[in-house]
Amino acid sequence: MSNVHWPLYEVFIRSKQGLSHRHVGSLHATDEQMALENARDAYTRRAEGCSIWVVKASEIVASQPEERGAFFDPADSKIYRHPTFYTIPDGIEHM
Amino acid sequence: MTYSPLTTYTLRLGDTCLVLAQRLTGWCGHAPELEIDLALANIGLDLLGQARNFLAYAAHLQGEHLDEDQLAYGRDERQYHNLLLAEQPNGDFADTMMRQYLLDAWHVELFSRLSQSSDSQLAAIAAKALKEVRYHLRFSRGWLVRLGDGNELSQQKMQSSLNKLWRFSGEMFHADELEISLAEQGIAVDPRTMRTAWEAEVFSGLLEATLVKPTQAQYRTGGKQGLHTEHLGPLLAEMQYLQRAYPNQQW
Repeated sequence: MSNVHWPLYEVFIRSKQGLSHRHVGSLHATDEQMALENARDAYTRRAEGCSIWVVKASEIVASQPEERGAFFDPADSKIYRHPTFYTIPDGIEHM
Repeated sequence: MTYSPLTTYTLRLGDTCLVLAQRLTGWCGHAPELEIDLALANIGLDLLGQARNFLAYAAHLQGEHLDEDQLAYGRDERQYHNLLLAEQPNGDFADTMMRQYLLDAWHVELFSRLSQSSDSQLAAIAAKALKEVRYHLRFSRGWLVRLGDGNELSQQKMQSSLNKLWRFSGEMFHADELEISLAEQGIAVDPRTMRTAWEAEVFSGLLEATLVKPTQAQYRTGGKQGLHTEHLGPLLAEMQYLQRAYPNQQW
């Protein structure tokens, strides 16, 4: 008997009042449906009105720490790339 | 102690949830996978919550300073009114999933209808429980199909669980005078009327899982009347041990 393969899934959740999905953790499951059910138990306690994304870990491509310089550094030295010269009017929150 | 018909009916619903919850806790830390362990505990917790709701209401109906704990821990097997199916041993994972599936399909149908009860308390408990049992059914049907339509060995185990448990399924649709009279008043659900919907779910589930419906129709009944299989006594002995050793304490 061949054992079922239990690949790793990454879980992203948007809560009821949340604006975007956030990565909350990972779990093992045999397929997407089981991953969703497990994520609901483990990460949302079946709270109503939240949205869950699961994605097989092998589908995710991550940036490499050793390429950090090439990826992120150039932007820092070119300050005109950042909107830092605007003054924010009073009364604007959460900027 | 004699119970009113409504109390007895409420106890029957609560006892099935309570006994099944007790069975599911037996899996804690022993399930095939961590995720299943979590899910079974979750379902057990839901069922225990439902049992508490029904038992608390039964205690309230009965008065006499009763509470849910006295009902759970102070009654012996002859005073328990759960379905025989719920008290069957966990067996292997296939046995547990089959027992769960047959009962989940019944619970979904029962609570959909009971949420229309003219007894507002029963209707409210059923409405809350309905959301939970729909999730239970999704889980157990998922495993029914996964195992039944899995490999040769898992299919064989699922089929043998089905053959073993089928004789307890008839009790779910067996009505006695008490239920018929309460159903006529719009309070209870007449179990006989749930059979068609239950069969529609279960037969399609079995078909999808490539399992063969047993033809045997000699159903075992008696649970609702306090006449149980030999499995309930030891279950209660374990469950009630501490309460009987140190009665009437605060925990």
